Amino acid sequence: MLVAALGMPSAQALAQEFNLVIRNHKFEPQELRVPAGKRVSIYVSNEDPTPEEFESATLKVEKVIPGKSKGLVRIGPLAPGRYEFIGEFNADTAKGVVIAE
Amino acid sequence: MLGALIIVFREVIEAGLIIGIVLAATRGIPGRGHWVAAGVLLGTLGAGIVALFAEAIANAFEGSGQELLNASVLGAAVVMLMWHTAWMARHGREMAAEMVAVGAAVTAGKRPMTALVVVVGLAVLREGSEVVLFLYGILAGGASGPSLLLGGALGLAAGAAFTALTYYGLLSIPARHIFAVTTVLIALLAAGMAAQAVQYLDAAGVINVLGRQLWDSSPWLPQDGIVGRVLHTLIGYTDRPTELQLVAYLATLTAMAALAWLAVPTRARRAPA
Repeated sequence: MLVAALGMPSAQALAQEFNLVIRNHKFEPQELRVPAGKRVSIYVSNEDPTPEEFESATLKVEKVIPGKSKGLVRIGPLAPGRYEFIGEFNADTAKGVVIAE
Repeated sequence: MLGALIIVFREVIEAGLIIGIVLAATRGIPGRGHWVAAGVLLGTLGAGIVALFAEAIANAFEGSGQELLNASVLGAAVVMLMWHTAWMARHGREMAAEMVAVGAAVTAGKRPMTALVVVVGLAVLREGSEVVLFLYGILAGGASGPSLLLGGALGLAAGAAFTALTYYGLLSIPARHIFAVTTVLIALLAAGMAAQAVQYLDAAGVINVLGRQLWDSSPWLPQDGIVGRVLHTLIGYTDRPTELQLVAYLATLTAMAALAWLAVPTRARRAPA
């Protein structure tokens, strides 16, 4: 019990990592399945020459990712469900969803 | 074009509201226009610099540079607003007396205008850097550039009009109430900023406690709508607040009230006068 409790923080600190690519103002993949109830790190790689803003009200994220560079988005712990996100600078095409399960 | 207009307008609403409130709070102070203009100018300059170094900032502190910068900017603004509130509580009575005598010599030097200039500058810096990046993206994008750029310019103009609306709206409040009203507005503004700042710290991975969502009022009043945005800035409305955000909000409000109370010089001695 005690060992489990002590072990908790380090296990939580090790956030699971996922990758997302922005190409031609679109997210790839557009659907990201992540574990619910855990911290999750998403590395967003913007391959376009223009900056993009990864934004999601449900995920509480608002992060600018400059052109031709990478950004780290930390989310969670999430309740199971669908969480939509957009690239605010190109909201017509840049859409995606995080599914926590 | 409309898309660009809306994006830019949404980004400048917050800074616009803050400028409007600061202008109203400093009514009757000579030279305050210059102070506020200086704040806007410095903020714009800062926004350009932040945009220029966006990549370096984003990559700093293991990818949390942007969040930490936002949290620091918000934290600094909260401190400045607290300083201003404490100062006003100490000198508010004489200020109010001077306001009654219209045109009385209220020297700008007596008032911590610097605090408010910094608040304006920081607001412009935070929102402006995103506008700069967005417009840069348009310019770099090519073909549809000019029309989008026009949209961006119109968005800025709409933001400025919004500032004017805020300002004249507040001006319609009678002079003897304006200090009380702006003091409350500034306290709520600061509380909302503190709640935002802790969320950035959470996103940066610095804070990892009290992250549970308290409620979800987004179906009724979404925070990313225009009304939601305005309320977000004005009173710190958040449609999905975490426990920590509520704690930060209430703590800041309490601190503001305490400052306003404690800073009043020798409450006891007021009675004979």
